[in-house]
Amino acid sequence: MGMTITEKILAAHANKKEVFPGELIFVKLDFILANDITGPLAIKEFEKIGVDKVFDNERIALIPDHSTPNKDIKSALQSKILRDFAKKYNIKFYYEVGRVGIEHALLPEEGLTLPGDCIIGADSHTCTYGALGAFSTGVGSTDLAYAMATGEIWLKVPESLKFVYYGKLSQWVTGKDIILFTIGEIGVDGARYKAMEFSGEVIKNLPMADRLTICNMAIEAGAKNGIIEPDDITINYVKERAKREYKLYYSDKDANYKEIYEWDVSRLEPVIAFPHLPSNVKKISEISKDIYIDQVYIGSCTNGRIEDLRLAAKILKGHKVHPDVRLIITPATPKTYMQALKEGLIEIFLEAGASITPPSCGPCLGGHLGVLAEGEKAVATTNRNFVGRMGHPKSEVYLANPAVAAASAILGRIGAPWEVEVKK
Amino acid sequence: MIFRGRALKYGDNIDTDVIIPARYLNTTDPKELAEHCMEDLDADFREKVKEKDILVVGDNFGCGSSREHAPIAIKASGVKCIVAKSFARIFYRNAINIGLPILELPDAIDEINEGDEIEVDFESGIVKNITSGKSYKTFPYPPLIQEIINKGGLIEFAKEKLRKGGNL
Repeated sequence: MGMTITEKILAAHANKKEVFPGELIFVKLDFILANDITGPLAIKEFEKIGVDKVFDNERIALIPDHSTPNKDIKSALQSKILRDFAKKYNIKFYYEVGRVGIEHALLPEEGLTLPGDCIIGADSHTCTYGALGAFSTGVGSTDLAYAMATGEIWLKVPESLKFVYYGKLSQWVTGKDIILFTIGEIGVDGARYKAMEFSGEVIKNLPMADRLTICNMAIEAGAKNGIIEPDDITINYVKERAKREYKLYYSDKDANYKEIYEWDVSRLEPVIAFPHLPSNVKKISEISKDIYIDQVYIGSCTNGRIEDLRLAAKILKGHKVHPDVRLIITPATPKTYMQALKEGLIEIFLEAGASITPPSCGPCLGGHLGVLAEGEKAVATTNRNFVGRMGHPKSEVYLANPAVAAASAILGRIGAPWEVEVKK
Repeated sequence: MIFRGRALKYGDNIDTDVIIPARYLNTTDPKELAEHCMEDLDADFREKVKEKDILVVGDNFGCGSSREHAPIAIKASGVKCIVAKSFARIFYRNAINIGLPILELPDAIDEINEGDEIEVDFESGIVKNITSGKSYKTFPYPPLIQEIINKGGLIEFAKEKLRKGGNL
């Protein structure tokens, strides 16, 4: 029996010839990460174990990206715990404010998460790196503590689901729409405990940014990991960046899938996930034109990359943000910020009346830099629209792609990119 | 481990953002976290949990963010254990790792009413609804997970491995 890419990577890291879904294994980890919310808790647990060093100080990233630049005194203390630990244990990949970016945008950009890797992170969106052909999954802080001490973790080998997308995407339809559509079809627990393998001609033609967005939201369907087989696009992305050796794995032709979903997405249009679940998806042409909004947020580990900012800028160029709307934009990393500056995107945003924040996860999780008040509605390019996700429990979040978000900022209501004139 | 208590019921897809909102994640202190546990979902949770200390919940409990603050907040609130139709996978790991007893029991949940007296036996996997007189059996945990549970969590598991001179 053949194996899927997920099974092959897990087998290789468990030092086994083959593994089977449901099997509990210990795997060696190539890279692990934590942030300023999950890291301090992991450090507290790590110190209880009673070891005097980490398994490898060059395979751990500590990334203060959630409540930074420090939003309050208590958050400042959490960041300090992370910083002090990084110094004490000589953690190579600690990123200070100014150099820090949103973890799941930063690490692929830095060439630290690579094809064939087995990665865990104390952050649920760690599944992002599957876009590079890696096995990568989110865990909690205690798992991360154990991994910092041992370089290992226990895992249950997941069953795999295969998603095959045919056709050609229409204008304004992005990786975000593919993953929201998919979650809408299978539900927020449709892939619970399972691997989601994304494939087909549509994926083959997608740039890395869209692939990262798709795998990023695998967790929103309950998946253990999202994964895409590496190809030329993957290799072109990693070859200039890779800080280590990497290995390419592919699924066997006779690999076993629990379920195979096949969709022609040629007629897919931009979709919106309505409150309060990412699966609550509606086509943009089918929603009413009177959902007035208070805030638009473009950023996050889902859609804060340079490609996302370019898309937003294309719509916003020469327009003004609606008087009743606050548009907040977060370039996900310092490099993204710099690139956006060089390309004139930041100027377009500022001319339109947007506020630009430093790289941070803050707005996405209702932490800081754009918290919603009671009764407010926001369109966000983020990944979750749970109750209270971006602020008050009686606020609402509508998930969308960056083009829809930008158009909505101009219109003052949820609207489509084609309702706005694209200016040269 | 046998727990006896009254059922406190919630539905499907209870996410970790409502279990403990991000605005309270600037601390790791269990007591502080417990003060805000579930407040966006049920403002009376802290009052209710004094009487009803076994959570009986639907599918995909604990979905979303990996924040371990969520099971910590629940445990520190005085919840003895959670019985669910199913758990989201990161929450499942986190609960086992921190020693919060949890059990998946898809068939029983709809037949348990809020306030019912429940007995959960983690050795045998048997859940009794004392109020209705019905009992249910679930699959036992795999040996590795059972071992982590028996040790009281992953950190104790790791320490014991170290004590025995084994490689971690």
